[in-house]
Amino acid sequence: MQGLASIIQTHGRRIVIALPLAWLIVFFMLPLIEVFEVSFTTARRGIPPFAPLWGFGEDGFFTNFNLENYKLLFAYWEDYFWPAGNSLRLAFFSTLICLVFAYPMAWWIARSNPLHRIILLVLVMLPFWTSSLLRIYALIGLLNPNGFINTMLLHLGVIDAPLQMMQTDFSIYMGMVLTYLPLMILPLYAVMVRLDGDLIEAAVDLGASRFAVLRTIILPLTMPGIIAGCLLVFIPAVGEFVIPALLGGPGQAMIGKTVWLEFFRNRDWPVASAVAVVLLALLAVPIIYARYQDGRRSQFEIDQEDAA
Amino acid sequence: MAPFIRIKNVVRRFGDVVAVDNLSLDINKGELFCLLGASGCGKTTLLRMLAGCESVDSGSIEIDGSDMAHVSAADRPVNIMFQNYALFPHMTVANNIAYGLRRAGLPKSEIAERVYELLRLLRLGGMESRKPHQLSGGQRQRVALARSLARRPKLLLLDEPLAALDKKLREDTQFELVDIQERLETTFIVVTHDQEEAMTLASRIGVMDAGKLVQVDAPRILYERPQNQFIADFLGSVTFIDGMVSKVGKGILSIAAAVPITAADTGGFAAGDTVRMAIRPEKILLTRAATGALNEMPVTIEDLAFTGVASNYRVIGPDGLRLKIHQPNQRGAETALEWEEAAFASFDPADVVLLQD
Amino acid sequence: MKSAVAWPALILGCLGFGLLYIPITVMVIYSFNASRLVSVWGGFSTHWYSALLGNEQVLDALGKSIWIAVNAATYSTVFGVLIALAFVRFGNFRFRLLLSALASTPLVMPEVVTGLSLLLLFIAMEGVFGWPAGRGLDTIIIAHSTFGMCFAAVVVQSRLREFDMALEEAAADLGARQPFIFFSITLPVIAPAVIAAWLLAFTLSFDDLVIASFVSGPGSSTLPIVIFSKVRLGVTPEINALATIMIALIASCVVVAGLLFYSRSARTTSSSNRER
Repeated sequence: MQGLASIIQTHGRRIVIALPLAWLIVFFMLPLIEVFEVSFTTARRGIPPFAPLWGFGEDGFFTNFNLENYKLLFAYWEDYFWPAGNSLRLAFFSTLICLVFAYPMAWWIARSNPLHRIILLVLVMLPFWTSSLLRIYALIGLLNPNGFINTMLLHLGVIDAPLQMMQTDFSIYMGMVLTYLPLMILPLYAVMVRLDGDLIEAAVDLGASRFAVLRTIILPLTMPGIIAGCLLVFIPAVGEFVIPALLGGPGQAMIGKTVWLEFFRNRDWPVASAVAVVLLALLAVPIIYARYQDGRRSQFEIDQEDAA
Repeated sequence: MAPFIRIKNVVRRFGDVVAVDNLSLDINKGELFCLLGASGCGKTTLLRMLAGCESVDSGSIEIDGSDMAHVSAADRPVNIMFQNYALFPHMTVANNIAYGLRRAGLPKSEIAERVYELLRLLRLGGMESRKPHQLSGGQRQRVALARSLARRPKLLLLDEPLAALDKKLREDTQFELVDIQERLETTFIVVTHDQEEAMTLASRIGVMDAGKLVQVDAPRILYERPQNQFIADFLGSVTFIDGMVSKVGKGILSIAAAVPITAADTGGFAAGDTVRMAIRPEKILLTRAATGALNEMPVTIEDLAFTGVASNYRVIGPDGLRLKIHQPNQRGAETALEWEEAAFASFDPADVVLLQD
Repeated sequence: MKSAVAWPALILGCLGFGLLYIPITVMVIYSFNASRLVSVWGGFSTHWYSALLGNEQVLDALGKSIWIAVNAATYSTVFGVLIALAFVRFGNFRFRLLLSALASTPLVMPEVVTGLSLLLLFIAMEGVFGWPAGRGLDTIIIAHSTFGMCFAAVVVQSRLREFDMALEEAAADLGARQPFIFFSITLPVIAPAVIAAWLLAFTLSFDDLVIASFVSGPGSSTLPIVIFSKVRLGVTPEINALATIMIALIASCVVVAGLLFYSRSARTTSSSNRER
């Protein structure tokens, strides 16, 4: 034990850094490189169902590098690039809708007394802790032609025929909001709870109307929370699979579902990889922006620690 | 005999800022020494260097003859009482106190004995099983002190030990601290920005400014005989008068200022020298009628503050000379002086401090 | 201030909460519906619950999911604490930028990409090293730990930043050294955050469908995989029952935790107000 303790003392720092670094390099970075590689090979029978990218055979070094998969994506534009654009569209509006609901909810929670605050936070987090799959499934029971809403409306005589709510943009938006609302609320809440109430009182004292206070004081000061929340929702939403799979129809094709179908239904792993690469390319800018925002905040924190 | 603690030419920099600037200081065994200074003067940095929490850029620190250069904080015969106590929140009072003893590998029975001893010494009987959040501020302070004394360090460092206590508690604790120190005969170094605290606690005070030691002396000497303007101004209240030496007599100097002043000659001044003088407010006598004493001048009362036991006056004398006077209030039927009244101020030549700046 | 929250905000707020809870509430109600159909209320019945408890496939998947989640959460927390330590305590160390990028990107990576990429890696590794032999519980645990540790790191990091370093200095002053200081002082004090991180990683692992689908093998179906295969075909009341049970369990845990937290913070603030 003494030996172990002294090893930890001299190399402690290096071990603490090396362990997670090694893990993440092997199980996160390397896999992404794999995806990239496989997107340049061809599908074939066997296990695994694709040709290796390179290797050494009887004639020495060989490679199966080709751009067929990408050409396929471009050739079958509607099957691949349309879902990509659609994903961006659906994710964008989902983020917006989440924001519209989350903003007042977060404000309500932040401005409550500590007891109410905990209760409301628990209420917000409770759905988050339950499986999102089950929540989306619950939505099916609600929106189906013979689901709860239609049954109620028909029963009350408000409508004559069931409304088509499933497999529409509407059902997607519902599913997204249901899944991602807590994720949008939390960063907003974190920023709002730090907002000094005196600032609002000062603005009111200086003659600002309610709307002006919102526009000139609250919005600008909560902007970091808004940006964080939007990124936290938009980026995963683009690559969502379960929501379009369970709630969406052909008009709600999303790129995450495309990757899945290519992999599980068409069993074309190289094309699936190529689509995955496209998905990453789509998200490259928002991801880099999110990292940049993160970096700004943590560099600020490093400087604070160094100064202390 | 060599001093117990020898700090030699110690320097510590943080980037461009020199926190401790070539500082040397000797401290004797069993002393209660105070490092006094405003925030940012480097006193806390010096404390941390003694403890081993901060590295030394150049210079050396010796404790009881041993150079501390390569000795880590855990191995030094030094312990700290932290400003905010730093009590381990998840441990009981007893475990907090015992922590250092367990690290030292003492047998369980001895640990229990020492903990009991300290609980008694610091009047913490009955609190052993409580956790810090169940204690009052004063109790937490005593636990912090007990914990830092547990290992019987050769040197105990106290970082603003009384800062977090309210006034009444602070006064009581000041005496208790001195009492404990005398009983244990441990060398204490207290860091504080509170001059009253420093003067009450310490046998010697080192006043620091901008990383340097300005003057090291017993409290009385620092107060009565400040070496320069900084010290005079830093401790207590003071009136400065500028003048020029007109004549050097036998043991006295005649100085021309707003009024002619006679001061005791402390050496080092010749006729023609400009000099800055400092006079403490309690050394100036304020009377309604002239008494014929030395250094007497007519003054008008500009401002006064009645504080119960005494009054603080601001008076204006000849040539716009302003004096700060502190005087116990009159006994008997004599009426007190009021605003804008005329009076006379005088002071003894021995009480005039000639500053060497 | 007249009222902290304006009425439009309250309306939107209530709508939001409603949106979050109405689907779940309806699902819970219908788990007691004797009839299979949503359009027909067949009377109160708990037979779907008994059907659920007899469903071996679901129970088996539940057991696997719990096993995976416990393992993944533990690995995630350990590595997450290491990552948090590195970022909060080690300043600008050599690989900081790289570790930062690697530890934050999984948080925003689409699950299909993570799942596919890990599967390809496992296959490649199997080809070169012979391990992992086939996909199963182990590969799922590895996959979940990988993104779990990034989430755990975020939770622990914020608490670690607030941690009062004077406590560690006091411990060092009293003769302790690392890593003893970490285990005797730091870890107990940040324990609530570490527990929260474990719970978060557990939930993320337990709920994961997409990644598990990619990296699981025959015979290692997790609960979400089983649920998904059932619900594609439409509403299945046994799933309603399962959902209700899970929600009830989680709800009670969260409520208990919330109460504990509230009473704890109330206790510490009231005692610190008792200054003499």
